[in-house]
Amino acid sequence: MPNPTLKILGDTPKAVSRRRFIKGVIAGGAAVSSASYLFRNSVVHGVSGTGDRLITLNVNGQLRRVDVMKQETLAWTLRYKLGLTGTKLGCDRAECGACTVLLDDVPHYSCSVLTHTVRNEKVLSIEGLANEDGTLHPIQQGIIDEQGFQCAFCMSGFVMATEGFLKTIPDPTRSELAHGISGNLCRCQDYDKILTALMRGAENMRTANHV
Amino acid sequence: MSDPINNREYGPQYKLIGKNYVTADLHAKVTGKAKYAEDFRAEGMLFCKLLLSPLPHATVKRIDAAEALAMPGVRAILTADDLPAPADTVTDNGTVIKASKWGERGLTMEPVYQGEPILAVAAVDELTAAEAIERIRIDFERLPFVVDPLDTLRPGGPNPRTDGNVWVSRAGRAPAVAELKWTDVDFTEAGYGRLPMGKTPDEWSYGDLDSGFRNASLVVDETFVTPDVSHQTLEPRSAMAYWQNGKVYLHTGTQSTAQTLPAIARWLNIDADKIVFISEYTGGGFGSKITGGVSMIIPALLSKKANAPVMMRISREEETFIGRARPGFQGRMKVGFSKEGRIVALDMFVVSDNGPYDAQGDASTSGHMVSLLYQPQSMRWRGVTVLTNTPPRSAQSSPGGLQGITIIEPIIAKAARTLGIDQVAIRYINCPEGKAPYGPPVEGKLQHATSAFLKDALQRGAEQFRWRERVARNPKRIGSKVRGVGVSLSCYVGGTTGFDGLLVITPDGRVRFQSGIGNLGTESVIDVHRVGAEILGIPWERCEVVWGDTSKHFPFTCVSGGSQTTHAMTRAAHAVAMDARRKLQEIAANGLGGKPEDYTVANERIFRKGQASGMTFAQAAQRAIELGGKYDGHEAPTDVNKVTKASVAALAGQGLVAAARDNYPRDGMTHSYVASFAEIEVDVETGKYYVVDFLAYADVGTVIHPRALGGQVLGRSILGIGHAIGQKWVFDSHYGEMVSKRFHHNKPPTILDVPVNMQWAALDIPDPETPVGARGIGEPPVGRACASVLNALSDALGDKIFQRAPVNADTILISLEAGRPVQHPLMAHI
Repeated sequence: MPNPTLKILGDTPKAVSRRRFIKGVIAGGAAVSSASYLFRNSVVHGVSGTGDRLITLNVNGQLRRVDVMKQETLAWTLRYKLGLTGTKLGCDRAECGACTVLLDDVPHYSCSVLTHTVRNEKVLSIEGLANEDGTLHPIQQGIIDEQGFQCAFCMSGFVMATEGFLKTIPDPTRSELAHGISGNLCRCQDYDKILTALMRGAENMRTANHV
Repeated sequence: MSDPINNREYGPQYKLIGKNYVTADLHAKVTGKAKYAEDFRAEGMLFCKLLLSPLPHATVKRIDAAEALAMPGVRAILTADDLPAPADTVTDNGTVIKASKWGERGLTMEPVYQGEPILAVAAVDELTAAEAIERIRIDFERLPFVVDPLDTLRPGGPNPRTDGNVWVSRAGRAPAVAELKWTDVDFTEAGYGRLPMGKTPDEWSYGDLDSGFRNASLVVDETFVTPDVSHQTLEPRSAMAYWQNGKVYLHTGTQSTAQTLPAIARWLNIDADKIVFISEYTGGGFGSKITGGVSMIIPALLSKKANAPVMMRISREEETFIGRARPGFQGRMKVGFSKEGRIVALDMFVVSDNGPYDAQGDASTSGHMVSLLYQPQSMRWRGVTVLTNTPPRSAQSSPGGLQGITIIEPIIAKAARTLGIDQVAIRYINCPEGKAPYGPPVEGKLQHATSAFLKDALQRGAEQFRWRERVARNPKRIGSKVRGVGVSLSCYVGGTTGFDGLLVITPDGRVRFQSGIGNLGTESVIDVHRVGAEILGIPWERCEVVWGDTSKHFPFTCVSGGSQTTHAMTRAAHAVAMDARRKLQEIAANGLGGKPEDYTVANERIFRKGQASGMTFAQAAQRAIELGGKYDGHEAPTDVNKVTKASVAALAGQGLVAAARDNYPRDGMTHSYVASFAEIEVDVETGKYYVVDFLAYADVGTVIHPRALGGQVLGRSILGIGHAIGQKWVFDSHYGEMVSKRFHHNKPPTILDVPVNMQWAALDIPDPETPVGARGIGEPPVGRACASVLNALSDALGDKIFQRAPVNADTILISLEAGRPVQHPLMAHI
């Protein structure tokens, strides 16, 4: 679709950038491996100075103590250290958006954020959206209402991107929301139904906020 | 709410069929609780990494893994020598199909494409495994390679495999690899920009082609190249496996839960009862995971060797190599039209780029689809399936259909312009109708479809899209923006027959459907069972669907590929529900007197017509257990598959167990059809274009689940649109190295590449040859979506812009400037 005239989005002060990622790497004192599969107590790198450090993360409203390596990505920490497998890895290279989470309300690709750089930020993943009593978040409910998504491997990324976008523009047009989630790929290509479901979610949110 | 057409009502005569509902898997998906293969963990789980071939074709002379194996934390290595010999296939009627010596095995000592896995290492973590891979030294001997099918067909051209370059079919046996070379004359005769047409292993024809062309008012002869497009499932084919008490437990994505079990048994060469396969959620398939991927045996075998669970995470780049793709075609078609636009003669010639492994059916299917879709009065099809040293192909949504339709549609569009016929009108007069005939001929006779109502879909779609109004719009150009409209048709096989249904009515009065269908997002895994609930008259809330784990006992189920499932499994669901109904009636008559046919099944009860006496489902289920025998699964019907019999035996005693084979008759082969309309806007100063409006009108028989159907119709449409607007493979032909390895090199359409409101609708006319009337939908939308965009482009810019897909901005700019198509007309992977 051609570009719509977008409402002013305001500042996105914590927008993700390559520069930020690289700065994080430098601060961590480690080079990014061409393969960022860096796990557990690495036998190889455990002895060469990239060992774990115990840090505290604020994830889904809980303080979680976790050992992380300097070069460890947030997606890895969430999935393999904290058991939050709702965040998916579709490419591990900031191309598909399946790993999108919110950092202080701003969507980020968690495959491209180093865990130790987010110690002072609130991390929100798909598991933190629903109420403790099980009531779904209005966006999740919108997906239920419209049978949005097919295989749903991309779903948590889309939902988190939408949650972040709606914080800036709570009443978007279809075209605006489409732009807001255009950093997320769905290979089932179910975009029309996804957009309908997420628009329904936005509507649910506005209704919920008015009550 | 998007356009109301997307929300129209279907199936007014039904309670469940044709109605939207919330599928049972959706809550787990939206909360992130749904577990895909990589989300499973097991105690002591190791990770493995693959060593991929850097060369497109070579022999492994020596592997030196000593240093890697000496590393702390490295637990096991797996090479091709550790793979079991692949087992022969024994079909249900006892026929033995020998395992192919050219088949893909997961690891190899003769890599036949760059990126083919050679070995795998398991270690305590992935970094250690990756480091170990780096420390392995391999001596290769380079072998000749080829990435463009035409290069291997040239006289003296290199062969992609040591024993040949093409697949040839053999009567009654699996196809074989053979060598085929065309002559210098074949190549020079064709001339620049035209596909040479040398000898082909396969050919069929019907009608009098020569007289057709002689009497034609217009003959168009065009060459067209279609792209290789990776499936790019968002979930790569990661897999996790462990062994327990002599059984292997395997987690990976598949399109077909029940049918993946025998595939694993064959690859591992072990009995199926030694395998538990778990696949509750699959992150996309599109034909690349019909029975999962052979690579899943790597963690299974490593796990056995290391005596620990093994997780194999497949990276996006690895997925590009081993994750499958659609074969690209170099095709040529000569089409003769009468002055009214009727196709009187059609001569089709295709070269399919098969990659190095199993023979794909795309080439032959392309002829079948073109024949059915445009009903040519005479037709010849010739095709050759060529091996190349490029990643392996597999079926992709509309295999062969997309390619055939993409080759012929621009020709039809051009003919309509030349003959001065409206684009909808020329398709209408060539459109299949009713029991439409199609080639190839079998024993001298054309085959025929079960039904076709595509003319209705085309007509209603044209109205809905306001086709005439858009065509008449004037001017087409405003400033640098030019508008164009395109229409296209497509069809594909829409279903098979002969599978089994299995359900249990439990003593708490609920109905449990045993579903062996894969859960890849289309929702057919659950949707088809709505038919059973409809027949039994039980509210959906009282039903449960069990899926995704072979230890839960499934019936013989079709593979979810080739748009079979909705047709095949609604038939099976119908059969088993009728079996359950019969048993309920018998149980009631047995307990309450009278004849079974005196009893009606409705509202969770079985009651005597016109009387109050009867029993509940719960009572009947309890009674079934007391009666035993055929009522509670202690006896299975004789005609169901042995897989179903085993499941019936496993479920025996749980309640009323119903099992039945789909024995319903069918005259003709089931196909589904879609008509598609697109409007595009091209900026002739930048070459950038957008699809601004899109409508798909589907002829898919009875609609089962409208939202799921809409997801398929539009989702598969966008897959097709990707072929038109940008997706392709690019190779460095000098080194045989793939350049387009990541999403950003070969990007699937994003939400910004499609109109903000896409429209779809279905005719909802039942197919007369199946009891429920429903047909499949996965494949049919793909080809015409691609073609309608291409046709809209040529409507906007004329016929001198492109003769291959995809059409990118630079193609448009340079061709507009030159006044002719500038891209190389034939070269593959550019």
